[in-house]
Amino acid sequence: MAFDFESTTFGTREERLGSIVGYVGSIKDLAEQSRCGTLRERGRCFSQSSSCDAGCVLGYITHIRDVALINHAPSGCAAPASPIVTAQTQLAEKRSLSYNTVVLGTDLNESDTIFGAGAGLRQTILETWERYKPAAIFVTTSCVSGIIGEDVDSVIAEAAEEVPIPVVPIHCEGFKSKVWATGFDACDHAILSRIVKPPQQKGNFVNFKNFNESAREDIIDMFDAIGVDTFFLYSNTTLEEISHISEALATVSICGTLCSYLGNGLEEKYGVPYIKAINPLGVTGFETWFREIGRVVGKEKEVEAYITRERAIYIPQIEEVKKKLKGLRVVLGMGSSFAFQVARVVQELDMEVAYVTSWHYDSRYDDGNPPPHVQHLAAHTPVDFPVNIADQQNFELMNILNTYKPDLYLGRHGGTSVWAIKQGVPAIFMADEYMTFGYKRTLSFAHTVLDRITNRSFENNLSARIRLPYTKWWYQQESDSLYKEAE
Amino acid sequence: MAKTLDQARYKCALGGIQTAQAIEGVLPILHAGPGCADKLATGYGTSGHFAPRIFPCSNLSETEIVFGGEKRLQELIENAVRVIDADLYIVLTGCSAEIIGDDAEEVVNQFRARGKPVIHASTAGFKGSNYLGYEWILEAIISQYLEKTQPKTETGLVNVFASLPQHDPYWHGNYDALENLLQEIGLKANILFGYGRGVSSIEKIPHAQFNLVVNPWLGVDTAQILQDRFGTPYLHYPNLPIGAFETSRFLSAVGEFAELPTAPVQAVIEEQERRYYYFIERFADLFLENRVMSKRFTVASDAQYALAITKFLVNDMGLFPQKQFAMENVPEKYQADIESSFNDLRYGVTADVSFETDGYLVHEEIKQSDYLGYPLLIGSAWEKKTARETKAHFLPISWPLNERLVMHSSYVGYDGGLKLLEDIYSVVLTRFN
Repeated sequence: MAFDFESTTFGTREERLGSIVGYVGSIKDLAEQSRCGTLRERGRCFSQSSSCDAGCVLGYITHIRDVALINHAPSGCAAPASPIVTAQTQLAEKRSLSYNTVVLGTDLNESDTIFGAGAGLRQTILETWERYKPAAIFVTTSCVSGIIGEDVDSVIAEAAEEVPIPVVPIHCEGFKSKVWATGFDACDHAILSRIVKPPQQKGNFVNFKNFNESAREDIIDMFDAIGVDTFFLYSNTTLEEISHISEALATVSICGTLCSYLGNGLEEKYGVPYIKAINPLGVTGFETWFREIGRVVGKEKEVEAYITRERAIYIPQIEEVKKKLKGLRVVLGMGSSFAFQVARVVQELDMEVAYVTSWHYDSRYDDGNPPPHVQHLAAHTPVDFPVNIADQQNFELMNILNTYKPDLYLGRHGGTSVWAIKQGVPAIFMADEYMTFGYKRTLSFAHTVLDRITNRSFENNLSARIRLPYTKWWYQQESDSLYKEAE
Repeated sequence: MAKTLDQARYKCALGGIQTAQAIEGVLPILHAGPGCADKLATGYGTSGHFAPRIFPCSNLSETEIVFGGEKRLQELIENAVRVIDADLYIVLTGCSAEIIGDDAEEVVNQFRARGKPVIHASTAGFKGSNYLGYEWILEAIISQYLEKTQPKTETGLVNVFASLPQHDPYWHGNYDALENLLQEIGLKANILFGYGRGVSSIEKIPHAQFNLVVNPWLGVDTAQILQDRFGTPYLHYPNLPIGAFETSRFLSAVGEFAELPTAPVQAVIEEQERRYYYFIERFADLFLENRVMSKRFTVASDAQYALAITKFLVNDMGLFPQKQFAMENVPEKYQADIESSFNDLRYGVTADVSFETDGYLVHEEIKQSDYLGYPLLIGSAWEKKTARETKAHFLPISWPLNERLVMHSSYVGYDGGLKLLEDIYSVVLTRFN
């Protein structure tokens, strides 16, 4: 697609990628409709609290460790500031780095909703510079600033003349997109349009886009083996470092949802190839992905040598543990990429995918093609399993778990796995994006599954003693009975 | 006007969700944006029976912003009642719903007219803090759910309003400790928040002998509303009692207000103090002879803890207060009374209190103060960096609290004072000199 890096705004996922948060069907239907472009949003006449793109931005752009974020919003929108700063500080301390990013707000009040809050925002921008001397100030918008029609761009442009650093708007009004992952794109749009510089020279590194870099050391070793350096983003980066990502050999990622905008944008604007293969989760995912990287950076032989060496170590062990997992029925609840990538790993380990619920779904990525991992899964799955798309709608998930009664629930966002165990289903919280990365972690994931389904003390103790919030009536309905017809 | 929000100690009024959530059987229904409950659920202890992912929410999107969201709200409530079992459904309106002018009250009234237990509270984030949101939700419960109740006074029954549920990490333990203290002197606490209470406690509110507000300011308006509505008198005891001196004073004051005979109350106090000082005596050598314990301290928290801990450390432990910070945006009308509470300390000791809400400015002041040695800094996660820079003994106790887990412990009462000493000295003991 054509990116517009001159504008401060960009299209939502719904507009760019045909993304939806309401669908019930199957993996083969989803894959086919993605190819045909026929997926349509189905609204709901009942819904539960979800997440917004502004929250996504707050949690993501703050991975950079030397900037400031000003949330132009009432105080509650910035409530996660402290836990975020604490988590990022812990991530930095793990690598003996200092974390100096700050998160401020403008505490919009009632009179601001009537008279506007431009002067207050300007003052806060100047104050933030005086106090913290950050490398850049990102100003994020909110439902309130959007609805009252605040001209944030003009205020920023004026204030920017008074401080010697970039002051960059990030448009993420919470009502604009039903897909909170639009917030990733909001961050990447700001970075690509205002921070990344044209390449001065070609570097010998790949951009590695991820969340919290827990597998950092192994990945560095892996790329060392093929003679390439790695630059992880945005965790623990500085703004200066990020400005050079245009010099990379390629952009790779742990998550297709996370990297579509940056990967494709960087490719279109600066010609940095974006690796669009399925992601490196499980054995097939890892090998497909790493071979594609080898092809693009011209290191095919080195990649094959690495794969041969690692296979010899891990494949026999994986085969051994697989025997004990055979036939376990699994329900997955994850984001649009992980849901289907981890489903592939589940099948690889001889378990059965009983149901996949994905928090949203992108009909296509920013290169115009349907997500490769869904096409891959639809082509290789032994059965056409059911799929729904629901933005963490707990009532639907609980209904599904009650209907399908799986042996295991795999969830990747806080606040869902606990509900599975309340219903007595063993669950693994897969917050760490590297939990099934490559051979070694696929093996340890398999062992984790075995541990989890063996010792059921925690979920059985709890589920036996609590009452669930849903009515009997609801458990007797189909999980999509409160959907509307396609819009 | 918009101002710099830096290291805030409060959330927005919609944070009152946590107040509703803390009352068993009460389900908040949000007419708000998709991310509101998610963001406001910071802190731990959020996977209870009703939790943010369970709350029905209209997840307002561009369509409703443009065309209005009343129909969506109507549909949401209709289905919420079918899908989720609750004793009371409380519709909370957020910023977006209120700016676009949705009449949530009218929608809710349709359900009330049909006898459904649904009420409404206006909690737009831009209207105030979550502390005020708490009071607005209580007001909604009193005026709508208890609309038709006639009071029948039950002697000895006391409604207790103290810590802000869930926002104060120790809220549950604090209410339990207050309940136990009242029980010691023969009173029965009626508390809305936490385990085993819920809607049946709401229904008892009108029948209390009196209301007891144990907070520098939060809940005073609520008690006034209850007095106006049901004629229930109230005692405003502005200090959460920690340790022997203040807890004994608290029991005397409550006993006197309840018109209990003095001698039995006094007997409870004496026994409790004997036990308390048994422990203090055993550990007094540590308190006195530790080489690094601070002489002076600062509490950077809300008014509740700034005052309560100041009183404890001064009146029980003989420490001296540096400046104290009550940072939750204390309404101006209460500030003078709170200031005088900080001057009501033993031996003529006084403490300066600031109502500054800006964490940066507070930290600058702390950095410039002379604590005559290692400072003792009690606050929130936001103080961690400043504590490092000033080499303070640092104990985070209030929101935002990220690196400590509090489930049901408390600093309230005689035992609470001992617990606070345990926690302070567990930090102090990590240093030798």
